[in-house]
Formats: sequence, C-alpha cells, structure tokens
Amino acid sequence: MRTIFRSAHVCDPSQGIDRVADVVVDEGKVLAIVEDSTPYNVGSCEVIDCSGLVLTPGLIDLHVHLREPGYEYKEDVQSGTASAVAGGFSAVCCMPNTDPPLDEPSVIRGLLKRAEEVGVARVYPIAAITKGLQPEGLTEMASLKEAGAVAVTDDAYPLQSAEVLRWGMEYALQLHLPVLTHCEDKSLTKDACMNEGLTATIMGLRGMPAVAEEIQVARNCLMSLYTGCHVHILHVSTAGAVQIIRWAKERGAPVTAETCPHYFALTDEACLGYNTNAKMNPPLRTQEDCDAIVAGLLEGTIDAIATDHAPHAKHEKAQEFALAPFGIVGLETAFAVSYTELVSTGRMSLSALVEKMSCQPARILGLPGGTLKPGTPADVALFDLECKWKVRAHAFRSKSRNTPFEGWELLGKPVLTMVGGRIVYREG
Amino acid sequence: MLTDLITLRETEPEDIRLLLDTAQSFKEILRRPVKKVPTLRGRQVVTLFYEASTRTRVSFENAAKIMSADTTSVAAATSSVQKGESLLDTVRNLRAMQVDCLVMRHPQSGSAHLVAQALDIPVVNAGDGMHEHPTQALLDMLTIRQHKGRLEGLTVAIVGDIAHSRVARSNLWGLTKMGAKVRFVAPATLLPRDVHRLPVEVYTDLRAGLEGADVVMALRLQQERMERGLLPSLREYAQRWGVSAKALEVTKPDCIVMHPGPMNRGVEITDDVADSGRSVILEQVTNGVAVRMAVLYHLLGGEASA
Repeated sequence: MRTIFRSAHVCDPSQGIDRVADVVVDEGKVLAIVEDSTPYNVGSCEVIDCSGLVLTPGLIDLHVHLREPGYEYKEDVQSGTASAVAGGFSAVCCMPNTDPPLDEPSVIRGLLKRAEEVGVARVYPIAAITKGLQPEGLTEMASLKEAGAVAVTDDAYPLQSAEVLRWGMEYALQLHLPVLTHCEDKSLTKDACMNEGLTATIMGLRGMPAVAEEIQVARNCLMSLYTGCHVHILHVSTAGAVQIIRWAKERGAPVTAETCPHYFALTDEACLGYNTNAKMNPPLRTQEDCDAIVAGLLEGTIDAIATDHAPHAKHEKAQEFALAPFGIVGLETAFAVSYTELVSTGRMSLSALVEKMSCQPARILGLPGGTLKPGTPADVALFDLECKWKVRAHAFRSKSRNTPFEGWELLGKPVLTMVGGRIVYREG
Repeated sequence: MLTDLITLRETEPEDIRLLLDTAQSFKEILRRPVKKVPTLRGRQVVTLFYEASTRTRVSFENAAKIMSADTTSVAAATSSVQKGESLLDTVRNLRAMQVDCLVMRHPQSGSAHLVAQALDIPVVNAGDGMHEHPTQALLDMLTIRQHKGRLEGLTVAIVGDIAHSRVARSNLWGLTKMGAKVRFVAPATLLPRDVHRLPVEVYTDLRAGLEGADVVMALRLQQERMERGLLPSLREYAQRWGVSAKALEVTKPDCIVMHPGPMNRGVEITDDVADSGRSVILEQVTNGVAVRMAVLYHLLGGEASA
C-alpha cells in the first residue's frame, strides 16, 4: 500500500528540507520526497491532500510515564500510545517507575510485547538504574539492554549518593547506555510541593528551591566529565541549571538536556488557587527561569523538548495540594503549547522546534526516526499550524485529565500520525 | 457579599470592616447574664477539626450556640478519616446531611479552599496549614482597635515563627488592608523565602523590630522547628527573640502585647510580660467569640432574619 502526501510543507531538519513537496510512502518506508508525485501515483495508492499543512518526521518523546504495569487506572500502553499519536508522536520512551518497575529483563520484554500487540506508537523502554529504584544496587544493565532498554534512569527517585551514580555511569558507559538523571537534592525538598518563592510563601506551602535541582545538575555534569558517560538531564526547569549545562558542554562533557513545555509556558503562579494540575516535580518556577529555558533551547544548551507525561486519576489530584501526586499529562498538548509559545511568537523557527521534538530525541538515545530520509521507516506527523483550538481535557485519548492547559487556546493541531507507513491517528 | 471566609488576602477591606463592626456590637451580648439570641435558630453548623484545638473550636461552637444555631463537632481522630476517607468525600457527606455551614481546621494549606470550591454552603477556614487563619486575625484586629481606637497608621510587630505561621499571614493581609504597618521579626531560618516581596518590613534583630511599635504579637514556637535543625536551641531563641520586659523597652510606652495561644511561657514570651498590664491575651480570646458570631451571622445571612 502506497501513500502520497501531496503538496505538504515538508519540514525535515535532518535533511535541511523546509519547502512544499510531495512525500511518497511505500511498504512502510519513505520512498521519495519530490516536487511532483504524479509518476508515483500508480496502483492502489492513497493520496492525501496536504495543502496548507506541515509534514514532519514523527515526534519522539524522551520522557513518558505509560504507567503499565501496575498503574493501569492512570494510563496503560494502549491509552498512552493513543494519546501519543494524537499529539503527533510516533515514538515514546517510557520511564521505569511502574509496579513492578522496569528493572528486570522480563518486565521490559513484557512491556515491549504489549506495545507490539497494541501497535500504535513505537515504545522504547528506559530501565531503572538501580534495582527497585532503590538508593543503591545497580540493575543488570547488560541484560536489560539486550531485552530492549534504550537507557537507564533514576527518574522520580533521584540518586542521592554520588558513589552509586558514579558506578552506575561507569557501568552504563561500557554498554553505551545513556544515563538519564532526575536532578534533585532530596535533603532540600523534604515535604515540599512547589517552587520555593513568593507564591509558595503566600500559599503557605513548603517550597523546593531551584538550588536543589541545580546542585545535582552540577554534580551529574561533573560526573559526566569525570567518567565520560553520556548523561541526559531530564526536565530542566531553572535558569541556573541551563548555565551549568552550558558550562559542562563547553568543557566537552557528553551531556544532553531536555525541558518540557510547561517549564517555559507557565510559572509557579499557576499553582495559585491550589491548582494540583500545576503540581509537578521539578515544579513550575519563575518568569526569569522560563526566559532562560527558552534561551537555552535557542542556543542549543537544551537539546530537546519532552513531555514528562505523568497521568494521574481524578481522585488523586482532587486532594489537598501537598498530598496530591506530582505530574501532569502532556502528550496531546506538547506540540501546540510549544508551537504557540515559541514559534508563533517568532522566538523559534518551525524547523528548530521539529529539531527539538523529533531529530534530537532520536539522536540523544540513538533511536531510529527523527528523519524522512528515503529508505527509513515512514514515521510521519502532519500538523495544521493555522488551526486554533481549545484544550479540552475530557477529549484526551489519555485516561487522565491532569493538565494545567485546560481551556487554553492554542495554535497548531496534529491532524495525522503515521507509524511505519500505517496511519495510526487521523483527526475527526 | 461574603459567601465563605477562607483568606483575608482575598477579603475586601469593607468586608473586614463590616465583620469588625458587627463583632464589636455583638460583644454586648456576651456581657448579658443570658447569652442567647435567636438569630441563627434552626441553622446547623458543623465544626470539622483535623488538628488539635481548644480555643478556636470552643470559640466557634459557643459563638454558634449563643446565636441559637445547632452545632455538631467532628474530630478527625474519631471519624471516618481514620478509615482513609478523603477530605472531599467527608465534607460532601456532611453536606448531604443538610448542614448549613462548615467550620474547618486542617493541617494542609489550601484545604479550606478545596472544600469551599466543592460545597455550596458557607465554609469558614479555622486555620489551614501554614496558609491562613482569618478569624484569628480578625479577633486580633478587633482587640487592637479596642485599645488603640483605630488600626490605620499603627505599627504592629509580629515576632517569631513567621515561616510556618498562618496567624502571621492572615494578620499581614488584614492589618495592611486596614492601613496598619506590619513588621515581621524572626531569626532568618524562620522567615519564608521572598518574604521581603510582601508588604511588610522584615527584621532579624528583635530590638530594631520592636522599636516604636504600637503592638507586639508573639507567635508560638513549635518544638518541631528545633528538630528540623532550624534553630540551635530554645535557650538562644528565648534570649534573642523572646518577648520580655526588657525587649519591650524600645516600643511605644502604651504598646500592647498579644499572643494567639497556646503560649510557651519562657520561650517566645516571658511570664512577666504574659501576665502584665500590657498583655491583652485573654481579651483576644473573648473577642474571638464575638468575631466568630459576626462571621457566622454574615455568612448565614443573618441580616435577613435579624
């Protein structure tokens, strides 16, 4: 079965393409990107008129909590990947804080089997760096990699011991596994539930100071320099963290970094009114931090935009602020929030955004995708950039509704997503 | 028009003035031999307390009873909360029993806000975590006004554990809205982040902070602060930040001393000050009943039936 995307604005930074063209997909792969696809229109062939639409390599999300196994009431592989493709993502990397956690090859295999059965978006598991996500005790990373893990991480359970981190990094390095780190000095964030600052002071809530994140960003960057291990800094939220990462990169540390749309689109004032849908870890910071995050994205200090999609059930968020769990969903709003905040405001080019949400994520973890080069699997996203739409959480494909963007008017709507030549999402 | 009383930060100055004026007029009822008026007859007030309290709970219950409302007191320790019932489920069940007003105290900041959003009856915040305690600030303001004849232009120094104090926050908003100047005086480790960006003067030195004050309010210091390592010792705290006769030498001569209770005598306030002629601490308690009568009266639409 052949598919032709006709007259699309093709934006593929991996090949430097940013022009109107036709994209021909055949046998699950990109066959050609041409001015005129008429010669390819033979036999059984679906032609999709894409005039006025932007076609990009499928987005890749480095940071998703699929919640399976163990927390299927929040999300599962089926709903999570359905949410992903509805947001233009053809692939997601999923975090290991499940129950049981992704700390054993059998759990990784089980998850991949589920993903294959469901068959919506590609799923790349990220394994735990320690057994049971405990403070120490390395996982069998070689076996985990063999089973399909693409990286290891301490996400949600930041390693407090520099020694454990060090051996984890040395061990991961020999296997060419990147180490994804959640940077938080827990001694500074005990019982805290939002950013430390004026808003927390007014609300009477314990705050997480920016320095709690920055201390570990610095430590982990230094450890990357020392061991040579690729460290990927998850969900960068502070201006100081951007500076530290810039410093480390200038010194040649193999460090990469991601941020999330909420860290440049929202400040801690979104928590006012005890809005638990604005509660996540790291927390929303200040306008100064938002500006520094954008600058960091533009200059390349921050390589990628991920979602940290963290679904929680309604009853879990309908609690006292400090008791509600951390995290928000993001797959179905990430592109539009980023496009609206960064591209439509003229701060970033469209191709730079595609770079941050598709090409770089693929490069960071060495994943297939992030390109429309002929011969590569046809993972494609199609967006209507002119479409203004209102975020309505009840319409999400995700099982959960915990978004701080409810009611926001956004520009840029994913209209079609293709994975391996198969259309897995089509609007309407 | 008041529908709930959750914060003073979000209460209009005219509503604060109205509540203070009403409370002032209700004080007369408290002096009667038969302390009963029919104003809220047939109305059901529930007090839901998730934290220990003597003053506030009894004060609310007495206020309701004096106005002939029926009161039910729920203590979390003996309720379904122990079985893991959520706050919202608990209050929705109370509401389903046709309760007319909910007075609640809870250790979590924002809990009263959460409940007020979920219920269609008036909710009164009797203290939520480190956030606000609006009726305490109202009774403090009533007490100050009785002694000074006004609030505008006065300098009120609040001394002690500002970071964890809902009393400090409510007084800050209430007093500044009524034209008073507020000072926070505390060791640096008991001041919250960015406190300087609030409409307040901040001091770590007690003497400087008390200089020329019309009112000094000492806050309770909890033992827990020591355990978290925020302070080296009670002894050093008492010496440097305890409100003593000596410390009060720099205030205005007619300065009054307040405390929201319960007091740690010898820590944040010395015995001689607590029991001195400047101390208005027990008047605060009396005024607490009048203020809570005023709050219930206005929230339960007493005007129509008065």
